[in-house]
Amino acid sequence: MPPSDAAVPVYANPAFSPRRVGAMVLRYWYLLRGSWPRFLELAYWPTMQMILWGYINQFMASSSAWVAQGAGVLVSAVLLWDVLFRGQLGVSVSFLEEMWSRNLGHLFVSPLRPVEWVTALFGMSLIRTVIGVVPAALLAIPLFGYSLFDLGLPLAGFFANLIVFGWSLGLVIVALILRYGMGAEGLAWIVVFMLAPVSAVYYPVSVLPGWLQWIALSLPSAHIFEGMRAVLFDGTMRWDHLAWAVALNALFMGLCSAAFLYSFHQARVRGALLQTGE
Amino acid sequence: MDQCAKQHAIRAENLTKRYGTARSGEVTAVDGVSFTVAAGSVTGLLGGNGAGKTTTISMLLGLLLPTSGTVEVLGVDMVRHRHAALPRMNFSSPYVELPHRLTVRENLTVYGHLYGLKGVKRRVEELAEHLELTRFLERPSGGLSAGQKTRVALAKALLNRPELLLLDEPTASLDPDTADWIRTYLERYRLESGATILLASHNMLEVERMCDDVLMMRQGRIVDRGSPSGLLARYGRTSLEEVFLDIARDRAGAENANREAADAAE
Repeated sequence: MPPSDAAVPVYANPAFSPRRVGAMVLRYWYLLRGSWPRFLELAYWPTMQMILWGYINQFMASSSAWVAQGAGVLVSAVLLWDVLFRGQLGVSVSFLEEMWSRNLGHLFVSPLRPVEWVTALFGMSLIRTVIGVVPAALLAIPLFGYSLFDLGLPLAGFFANLIVFGWSLGLVIVALILRYGMGAEGLAWIVVFMLAPVSAVYYPVSVLPGWLQWIALSLPSAHIFEGMRAVLFDGTMRWDHLAWAVALNALFMGLCSAAFLYSFHQARVRGALLQTGE
Repeated sequence: MDQCAKQHAIRAENLTKRYGTARSGEVTAVDGVSFTVAAGSVTGLLGGNGAGKTTTISMLLGLLLPTSGTVEVLGVDMVRHRHAALPRMNFSSPYVELPHRLTVRENLTVYGHLYGLKGVKRRVEELAEHLELTRFLERPSGGLSAGQKTRVALAKALLNRPELLLLDEPTASLDPDTADWIRTYLERYRLESGATILLASHNMLEVERMCDDVLMMRQGRIVDRGSPSGLLARYGRTSLEEVFLDIARDRAGAENANREAADAAE
């Protein structure tokens, strides 16, 4: 049968198209829903971490005055840490899916723009993070009698800042893989752990040596975990920490976006978009 | 659109691509190439491995930035404003596959939305019917045979009914029957849509059959061009494969044959 000669109706081609962003989210969603092990894996690690730290929290609460003062401090910490980790991994893994399937060549001869693609990576990261962390947070309620949602409104600020910081880290990893190829793939799983000691996830920043405290306080994550402990121990919202986190996040996002755009441009110079893959 | 853009779907001027640095060793993949492709034509891009065909196509698509020179596609500067041309063109290559784990329908749906189509579902089903893919729509793309994958790639390339279609070896690794089916389909598409097709191929019979014009590349340069029949006459050969070998091997015979052909004509 010959091809139809009727014109194909199309929407306008704006500089930023939510339709194209939606198409890319749909692409990653199709991939996710097509494999229940992937779905299960998203929730598996946060749940296992929560159970492990839940029991540690229970034990420490009976033997440590500090932990006893803040109900569920370690459970909150591990769940919020997973927001940061899953946020970063959500960006990196969705990007790696394109590398593994050698699909970048097709994507970037379509009208898709890099900023739309990145927005879709962020959107998918949010979906993956919610799928991963929310079941673990809900399971903590019957298991340990602790609800992360008791943090109240500040939880929204903590969540937003941690996931945005995760996106920034994800963008840097994407930039490095675009630059160095699949040899840098492992960075997607290890980079965030370099920041764990200085993010003061399970202990206050004051525990760190003086020079390391400066490094810690230059990261949005340390301010968020300090803020979390202030809510749990003192019942106060530390707006100063939140403000620092927002400002630092803006700075990191700006720098990481610039690194990504530079790396993407260089990939076009080197021809990496057509050739990169496994 | 100016008159020139109407006449030429593609215009490249002194297009050059060098990889590497003077320190690490520079490789010139495309070396000062200038050519035009007439709107509505089927033009073949021929050359041996490493001749610069894929690099040239990548620059035409805007995936690769030239070291120097300019490239206009459908009247649009592809270095600076490629997003104005991309919705009107498309690309297919057996070496750039669609995601394996997505079904054919999912892949085509995603790309339909990326190209901003209205009625994506209808368009996908229409193309699937035309390309005899309807019964494969719910199958993962990675599980298809080479011929089926080629038809899926073609469906993706035709989703937006492109004015310009860039095809990199569209019938590579296909059996003769499937390859003939693809060529017939492309010929019909060109006739009915008036689209321009640029075709990189190693299949000389395919080029002789489909192309109005042929660009011959060697070592990053265009060393000859003309219609298939014009090239045969000029080289005094009976098949385009012989012309290809003359050019690819830089045979002295090419010049002799050319001279003999000129003498015979006198």
